[in-house]
Parts: sequence; C-alpha cells; structure tokens
Amino acid sequence: MTAVLRHELSLFYHNMTGYVFGAFLLLFTGIGAMLYNINSSVANFEYVLSFISVVFVVIVPILTMRIISEERRQKTDQLLYSLPITSTEIVMGKFFSLICVYVMPLIFIAAYPLIFAQYGDVYLPTSYGSLVAFFFMGAAFISMGMYISSLTESQGMAAGICIAVMLFNYFCASLSDYVSATAFGSVVVLVVMCLIIGFIVRFMTKSTIAGAIVFVLGIGAVLVAYFVGSTTLDNLLPNIMKNLSLYERFNVFVNGVFDINGIVYYISVVAFFLFLCVQSLEKRRYNG
Amino acid sequence: MITATHLTKLYGDFAAVDDLSFTIEDGHVYGFLGPNGAGKSTTLNIITGCLAPTSGEVKIDNLDIYENSREAKRKVGYLPEIPPLYVDQTPREYLDFVADAKKVARASKNDEIERVAKETHIEHVLDKPIKFLSKGYRQRVGISQALVGDPQIVILDEPTVGLDPVQILEIRELINELGKKHTVILSSHILSEVQAICDKVLIIYKGKMVAFDAPENLGKNLEQESVIEIFCDCDKESAFEILEDIEEIKDKEILMEEENICKIRVHANGNEPLNVCKKIFMAFASKDIALMQINPIKTTLEDIFIELTKDEEVTTYDSSVTA
Repeated sequence: MTAVLRHELSLFYHNMTGYVFGAFLLLFTGIGAMLYNINSSVANFEYVLSFISVVFVVIVPILTMRIISEERRQKTDQLLYSLPITSTEIVMGKFFSLICVYVMPLIFIAAYPLIFAQYGDVYLPTSYGSLVAFFFMGAAFISMGMYISSLTESQGMAAGICIAVMLFNYFCASLSDYVSATAFGSVVVLVVMCLIIGFIVRFMTKSTIAGAIVFVLGIGAVLVAYFVGSTTLDNLLPNIMKNLSLYERFNVFVNGVFDINGIVYYISVVAFFLFLCVQSLEKRRYNG
Repeated sequence: MITATHLTKLYGDFAAVDDLSFTIEDGHVYGFLGPNGAGKSTTLNIITGCLAPTSGEVKIDNLDIYENSREAKRKVGYLPEIPPLYVDQTPREYLDFVADAKKVARASKNDEIERVAKETHIEHVLDKPIKFLSKGYRQRVGISQALVGDPQIVILDEPTVGLDPVQILEIRELINELGKKHTVILSSHILSEVQAICDKVLIIYKGKMVAFDAPENLGKNLEQESVIEIFCDCDKESAFEILEDIEEIKDKEILMEEENICKIRVHANGNEPLNVCKKIFMAFASKDIALMQINPIKTTLEDIFIELTKDEEVTTYDSSVTA
C-alpha cells in the first residue's frame, strides 16, 4: 500500500495537479477570510469554511478525475494487476495519496484561526471542530470522485460526472423543499428509482433476469409499504434528499455543534465508496 | 514452472481462449506464436493474474495465481503488450515504485535498480523523463520493470512490435541474455523471430493449442518433402530429361528460362535434400552441363505455421508423434 501511496504522491506533484488543487483551496480560503473575518469583522472562522465548501464542486473533480481512469487509458493498470499487491491495497494507497494532497492546504488553513486569535477573541473549539468536519466531508467527496473515476477510461468523463454529482449533492437539501412530500409522490419516485437500479444491475451483470428480479422486488416492497402503512411514506422523499446531502450535515458543525453522528456518516460514505472502488477494479480483472 | 490446466476465457459467446492446457518448464525460452487475435495476449494476461479465466487454473511452482497471488506473482515479471509506463516519471522513479511494490528490501533497492538498468542497457537514461525516451528505450524500461526482484519467469508480450530493425536486433540479443538466467516466455506473430530465439514454440490458433514443440521438431511432424532450386546452363528440355532419371524427384517446375539458362525448382521425396543435391550434381556433371547454383530450400517455421493454421477445423496437436 505504501508503494502505491508514494508513487501516486510523486505523480501528483509531477503534473502540478497537487499544486493547482492546493492553490485553489487556499485562494478561496483567503477570499472567504477577507470577506467574513476582515471586512465584516466576524470572529467565526467556521463561516469561512461554510463559504468555501462550495469549491469542492470544482476541486474534487480536478483531484480525482485521473486517479483510476488514466491508469486504464494508459494501460498501466496491467502493471498494477501483475504486481504482488491486492486491489484493496491499490485502492487504499490511492485514497490515502488523495488525502495527503488534500491535507497539505488544510495545514495552512488551520493556521487562520490562530492568527486571528492574536487580534481578538476567536472561539477556537467551533473553528477547529468545523475544520475537522470539513476534513471528513472532503474525504467523503474524494472517495466518491475516486469511484466515479474508476467507472470510465476518460478523465473528462470522470470530471463531468463528478461535477454533476457534486452539484446535485450541493443543491439536494434546498431542492428537497420543492419536491412532493405526499406518500403518492414518494411512491412514484421510488418506482422510478427501482427502475434505474434494475437497469444498473442489468448493465453490470449483463443478465436481464437479475435486473428484472431486483426491479420487481423493489416495486413490491414499495407497494406493500404504501398500502400497509402509507403514513410512513409521508415526507419520505424530502427526507431522503436531506440525508443524502453531505453539506447539510456540515451545517450542523458550522452552527457550533460537534456532531459525532455526522463524522460517522462521513466515514461510512468513505468506506462505502472505497468498497465499490475495489469491486470496480476486481470487475475489470474479470471482464478484461 | 507454470502449469495451466483447461484455461477457458469467454467474452459473451466468443471463446478467446478455449480449453488450453500446457506446462512451462524452467530454464528455456518459450515462444507463443499465433496470428493476430489468436488469444496470445489473453493467455499471457491470464497466467500473470491480470485477467481471471472463465474456468481453469494457473499454478506457478504449485502456487495458485489467485489463492496465493502474492507469492505466485513475485515469481513472475510481466511486460504487457503496451509497456505500462508512467510517462511523467523518470525510469528511476518508476523502477523505484515497482521495487517497492515487489517488496525489494530498502537497503538493496538502489543496487537492484542499477542492476536491472545495466541488464537492459538504460543506465544513461535513468534520470530522463520517460516521455522523452524513444520507443526502443521505453520498451527496455518496460523489460527492466519485469526484471526487478529477479523473478524466475519473465513474460514478454510482443516485445519487438513497432521497433526499427536495429532495435529489434538489440531486444533479441537482450532476450537471449535473459534466457540464460530466467525462464522467458515471449509472444509474437513474427515467425523468424520465434525461430531465432526460442527453444520451444507453442502455436495458438483460435484460442486452441495446435502445436507445442522445439522449432526443429515441428517440421518433422509434417508430410515431408525436400525442395531444391537449381540454376543450370542448358535449355529446359535437356534439364528435365536429366532430372527424369533421379528417382526421388516427383515434381519439377520451371521458374525462369532464357537463352539456354534456366532455373528449376524440384520437389523430392524424403527429408534428405543433400542426398538429392548430390545426385542432381552428378547427373548434370556426367552430361557435361554446368550447374551454376544448387540450393536446398529449408522447410521454415513459416510453412509449418501456414500448414497448421490453414484448416478451418482446428485439430489438436498430437505431441506423442515427436516425443
């Protein structure tokens, strides 16, 4: 694993991606700190973090787009498969290299509250609490971007899909106010989701029967839930969207609460996508 | 030693590799030969663990490539068809990564990199980014990667494709050197190449093995005839008349004829062309006609290859004939 980690880090700082990523994040932090802390004289650094969290939409794809897709395009993945290392080690090595590149600018950002504390009262626990959550949220986004990169051979495609997913995630919570909150609306959306999942299963297993079974089972569960206790489906859709939003969880920290649930949630997202990523590499080994 | 048993790889309904079994002994240079799309690369990918077979198993020194992948893979160095290079890095950084991944001890890592660089003659480009290297050097860097950690078996997939003639000769020389220390498997669709470097040839066609033997033995398996070309100082009629008396000759054709000089190709029974040559020479000498050239044509691997792969229906090769 350390071999892959060291190798990936060297690649990041060979082709400037690492520097571009760091510069971008620090630039926005600087702008945010100037707007909130200096011009508006607000002592809360967490507002700056909340402000810059939107740049993840741009910088996470920059960071993750080539991480696996480029290996496929250049056929260097064959080297990784033939070396005495497991797919899990490859994925972990790559993920931690991304985390290292991500932590570099965070070290500089961590100095901000301390500097401001020299000139007035800054409540450090909320600042650093938010920074910790900021770190975990970024890690969750990075694992997501890495999985998307493992699905395609083209960097551009990986970046495009990643930006779309990140934007959806960013607007998820605000959109949830506008979607139907009735049980019937939820059923419609769930049926559509079952259909999509059925198609994904069909695409991945190349078996129409498996896709159909998943679809029918999903529909069955939804209909049973609707007719047995339709009240459980009230507000289901907005709730799902709110819970999918990684940003929504981060706002809890910005408001001054160190929410262990949120951290656990972020770690679960990371574990989930890393697992999918390993599966994606293994699938490639089977399908050629 | 590599043992492959009943390997099959299906892509949908298409069998890229079809029930292939073979054993590779230590200490030889093996050639995998077959036309494009015969399943050479797929087979090599399977025995190096880069691709999972649909069924069948691969063992390297009795270690399964999946169940004991770490130990098994450490015994094999592999250069895929397209050298897997990180073009932004220098060969030194690249080899450093491979050495780390193959768990070469940190203390001996630099020596190891110097050693493989020396073996593949890339010492002077070790610190140049790979993107500035020529195709021949990239191929060498790819081979050097396979040699890191001193594996018993080195597998090279079409190592000379796309190189210029000088580079091809250099790479062949390199493979000959490697053959002294490692078991080398290389794939190729170029027959002369396999004939020049390999001790044993495995011919694959449509995913099946059609022959597995030493190149010189492969010819004996075919229906034998000797082909001789002669260039003589007389007209066609008198030459044919002379040749008529030699019993081994079963067929003759005229290749060129002008002003009392003609070139004739004769087909003779048996695989002792030199005997027939002697008879032809004596026959012409007794009639006082000069022979300017007499040239026994060897059966080449090319002929064998075309012979073996020409039928639509592939018959599995019976190795007991020559063994």
